[in-house]
Amino acid sequence: MDLSGEQMRRMLEQMMRIREFDERAALLMEQARVHGSVHLYCGEEAIAVGVCEALRKDDYITSTHRGHGHLIAKGGDPRRMYAELFAKSTGYNRGKGGSMHMAALDLGIIGANGIVAAGAPIALGVAFASSYQDNGRVTICFFGDGATNEGAFHEAVNMAAILKAPVVFVCENNGYGEWSPTASQTSVSDIADRAAAYDIPGVIVDGMDIMAVHEAATEAIARARSGQGPSLLECKTYRFYDHVGRDFGILKRDEDEVAYWRARDPIVLWQQALVERGLITEQAANAMRDEIVQEMEDAIAWAEQGPDPEPADLWRDVYTETQA
Amino acid sequence: MTAAIAEAVDQEMSRDDRVFVVGEDVRVGGPFGTDAGLFEKYGGRRVVNTAISELALAGLGVGSAAVGLRPVVEIMIMDFVAVAMDQIVNQMAKMKYMLGGQAVLPIVVTTHAGVDSSSAAQHSGSLEAWFCHVPGLKVVMPTNAYDAKGMMISAIRDDNPVIFISNKRCLQTSCEVPEDPFTVPLGVAEVKRTGSDLTLVATGRMVLDALEAAEDLAVDGVSVEVIDPRTLSPLDMETILTSVRKTSRAVVAQEAVRFCGLGAEIAATIADECFDFLDAPVKRVGAPFTPVPFAPVLEKDYLPGKASIIGAVKDIFGD
Repeated sequence: MDLSGEQMRRMLEQMMRIREFDERAALLMEQARVHGSVHLYCGEEAIAVGVCEALRKDDYITSTHRGHGHLIAKGGDPRRMYAELFAKSTGYNRGKGGSMHMAALDLGIIGANGIVAAGAPIALGVAFASSYQDNGRVTICFFGDGATNEGAFHEAVNMAAILKAPVVFVCENNGYGEWSPTASQTSVSDIADRAAAYDIPGVIVDGMDIMAVHEAATEAIARARSGQGPSLLECKTYRFYDHVGRDFGILKRDEDEVAYWRARDPIVLWQQALVERGLITEQAANAMRDEIVQEMEDAIAWAEQGPDPEPADLWRDVYTETQA
Repeated sequence: MTAAIAEAVDQEMSRDDRVFVVGEDVRVGGPFGTDAGLFEKYGGRRVVNTAISELALAGLGVGSAAVGLRPVVEIMIMDFVAVAMDQIVNQMAKMKYMLGGQAVLPIVVTTHAGVDSSSAAQHSGSLEAWFCHVPGLKVVMPTNAYDAKGMMISAIRDDNPVIFISNKRCLQTSCEVPEDPFTVPLGVAEVKRTGSDLTLVATGRMVLDALEAAEDLAVDGVSVEVIDPRTLSPLDMETILTSVRKTSRAVVAQEAVRFCGLGAEIAATIADECFDFLDAPVKRVGAPFTPVPFAPVLEKDYLPGKASIIGAVKDIFGD
């Protein structure tokens, strides 16, 4: 894998951007300054960034209820994302979607989704359209381990395999589906095994190792782009926080388990790797983080003072006026 | 009517390369023949024969429309939409609104509905009210070949998700249909027969029964105005209300289960808007609150028709 030092530093920067975005989103939710529920991506950053850094700008992604990381990794603007959390008309969805529905179609971000696994049939459709239009674009479908127990997932993967749709199914197996352990819900210990049922490649990746994710994604994306059809990547990862917010209060997790995964923080691991390779100094990495923190504080300040939707927006965009 | 639908889809496919058909067994024209000849003419790229996966094929419609295509998604039998409901209701219908207007979803979901000689409870449903209850969807139910062709062309050209319901009995009817493409606007009801004593609003197959009932009632000296809404959402209430203000009486007839049906909405709106004009309560005709039975003797009792319409009209006139 020939990545330039600049690209590798950018990957660190993007992971930090996601982490700092969500740490502040959590606080804003606890302070009841933003509305609705926030599902935090902390701990899973290597997946969104490792995958999206392997994409072209005109490729597509579908996301999940835990989607802030995917949006930022695909080029989403934290200011407009915070504005959406604040339910401002300056948000990506004009304040009508919130955390679980954020989308930016002009960036190829088809959208987060409040229904588990619903992104899979949609990703199938987007990928089908790329084949139909012969535009060479690939679609990434991000989803959690829990989604692989939904019928939508199985219908979509089967059909994508039959149609050889240019889509890569990226499973973020973070050990929990909502508030219950994956093992209590899922008949296989490796989600990747489910690929065999559809005769597509199923690959297990260390989801805390951004290079491992990036390499596996690069291969799967190349396969999809060349017309060989979908793959399933299972990225083993961990949700640092609760299903909703940092601590919803109903889930007790084993302290050793949390400590084990915390010690494998993907941002810390990647920063160390870059320092060891002489691609960044500790000091420069800290400066990078400080800059991102400032960027987020500025984004929050900008977002919070934005305009609320107008009363008439209640009725807006239910339908499209058809231009005959 | 089946040939009219196939002709409409064919003409739109040749007019616009973004239009494609996706569904189960569309390769062989579909069980009702509404896709006849399309695969032979356009091939597998544009007539996409899929697995029996209603949820995935509805999602294929959502995703492909979100990035610029104009899918015609076929759900073979209306009862099967239950399998596809998340993609239709939570995704297709809400996406534009939830995304603050970013998405345009020109999708037609075409399906075949209604009682059809002992097809029993999972192949006979008239579930249009489910979709009328969902903002973001348009719902159409043409009842003759002319409207079917014109409304299918309008539905494909519409920039919104349109649920296109073909009643199975109406599918078997024929009438004169121009060969050249034409449109019948969505959201416009049709007065099928003018009358002065009572307004009879009928949907789907009940339009056929309503016209026969009106004929019989005329013999008895009752002049009935028959209205076919054609589009159920958005519903052209103005045509209905104008008629009721003239006739002062109304019956609403649907094949679907009467309770919580579209007829209830129409009757309530008539009561709201025309109370001072009404000489009698608005009567509703619909199926009983049971699943559709299999046995022909039960199915016959289940299905509302000409006799139940005439019964409701006679109730109003106190016979």
